[in-house]
Amino acid sequence: MLRYTLKRLLSLIVSLLAASVVIFLLIEIAPGDPASFMLGVNARPDTLAALQAELGLDVPKWQRYLNWIGGMVTGDFGTSYQYRTPVAQMVADRLWVSLPLALFALVLSTVIALPAGIFAAARRGQAGDIAVMGATQLGVAIPNFWFAMMLVLVFAINLGWFSAGGFAGWDQGLFAGLKSLTLPAVALALPQAAILARVMRSALLDVLGEDFMRSARAKGLTERQALWRHGLRNALIPVLTILGLQFAFLIAGGIIIEQVFYLPGLGRLIFQSISARDLIVVESVVMLLVFAVIMVNFIVDLAYAAVDPRLRLRT
Amino acid sequence: MKHSLYLGAALSCVFLFAALISFLWTPYDHTALDIPSRLQGPNKAHWLGTDHFGRDILSMLMVGARTSLAVALVSVGIGMCIGVPLGLWAAARKGGWADEIIMRTNDLIFAFPSLVIAILITSIMGAGATNAILAIGIFNIPVFARVARGAALPIWEREFILAARVAGKGPVRISQEHILPNILNLLIVQGTIQFSLGILAEAGLSYVGLGAQPPTPSWGRMLADAQTLVAIAPHIALMPGVAIILTVLGLNLMGDGLRDYLDPKLRVSRA
Repeated sequence: MLRYTLKRLLSLIVSLLAASVVIFLLIEIAPGDPASFMLGVNARPDTLAALQAELGLDVPKWQRYLNWIGGMVTGDFGTSYQYRTPVAQMVADRLWVSLPLALFALVLSTVIALPAGIFAAARRGQAGDIAVMGATQLGVAIPNFWFAMMLVLVFAINLGWFSAGGFAGWDQGLFAGLKSLTLPAVALALPQAAILARVMRSALLDVLGEDFMRSARAKGLTERQALWRHGLRNALIPVLTILGLQFAFLIAGGIIIEQVFYLPGLGRLIFQSISARDLIVVESVVMLLVFAVIMVNFIVDLAYAAVDPRLRLRT
Repeated sequence: MKHSLYLGAALSCVFLFAALISFLWTPYDHTALDIPSRLQGPNKAHWLGTDHFGRDILSMLMVGARTSLAVALVSVGIGMCIGVPLGLWAAARKGGWADEIIMRTNDLIFAFPSLVIAILITSIMGAGATNAILAIGIFNIPVFARVARGAALPIWEREFILAARVAGKGPVRISQEHILPNILNLLIVQGTIQFSLGILAEAGLSYVGLGAQPPTPSWGRMLADAQTLVAIAPHIALMPGVAIILTVLGLNLMGDGLRDYLDPKLRVSRA
């Protein structure tokens, strides 16, 4: 297990380094230098040079990369060109919206998807199964930003239950905060729930065909008991993997939904920073998101290997 | 399961024909402004109503279908043309350095938030259909590479491959002549899935203003225009949304149906 862990750890570090190089290069090919973008076309050369020095743009590219990556490791994500505030601070502020939103959406999708998937698997081929599968087909086909608009139309404009956009802020109380996140969370949860329900169903169907399920039935358990005691526990492994990945993606996946609802989250921060050419913010936030996904994968791999020793032999 | 194949194919064909017919005929000129008849609901003259400039929504949807389908189709093409050879190469050199590099790079691309990177690419390189195709296509490459490699590996173990090797064929010829025809089914199924995802991605990009630029209509931008008007004229938001949903639904159903149709084993285990 130690050998496997070390091997995975090495591959983790290589992946992170490679990702950082890719992100840095992607940002570097962006035309236009942030300093001249900020000062406009009429800036005097000495002012421009002074600002470039202040932003750390006057050193060679490789050194800028090293400065950036060195900073990321020590928790210094750089300073926003546009707002002159530390990126770490901006990210922390936005996470207070994006993280609860992602969690909210994840809880919603789990609460809907797991029972739906189990229900469908238990009634495989019957009307209930077909209905659930049809609903999931629809769920993955609906663009979430369109669904968000429809939610606003029905629940904000026509019924007036929720506000059409904006975030109340947590200082208004937990209820007010959650209320303003409800419609965005529902919109985000829909496609995730559809995917999760399908994974749950097919994982459970795979397990139901296993020998130990037949043994469980043979020792006298009813179909239902066997399903709950033995089937579900084994089927949850792929479901948990998908859940972990969905969470990592939901943090950034809200980028368009946050636009629809004018939520001050991480996605909107990236979007605004891209438009304002505040590239240091984009660079650091994208790196953090990639880091989150790679870490989730790493943890999932280790967890699998801990449960299933056969996996340690593979790369 | 055959029903889903037929239903999906029928739905996909409706939108494909709508896009093709739009080259020859649309009920109205999709760019013609007609302010007096703006924001009309569906009626006899305008089957799906008009938008805030009085443009005919059905005509815009038909022309918009071209954009959506073209962007998605070409990005699937990019993914296939680059991803499949890479996957075949990795499979032919299983366990070697080429395999290792290709698969690790794949894993890496999967770790990137695709929508964020697509937004980044289109806003850096300029909004427009071509860059949207690139941004979506890049993320199709690892998908096809993985599918091709995964499907090719078991075939390399088969006896007819051994026979081909004994006959003196090299890995490139074997991949072309024996492996590719045997994994084509899977690639087509994956192609329809990526096609439908491409339509969703294109809609998202044009919704935030980074897809095809005016006056080329696109479903996503029609939705963006509709956003502020949704309270007064819900049909403007409803129609493009329904068009996206039906197209994606059709492609997904067709993909599922094809998979079951082409692989009889799946009919038993996952029916």
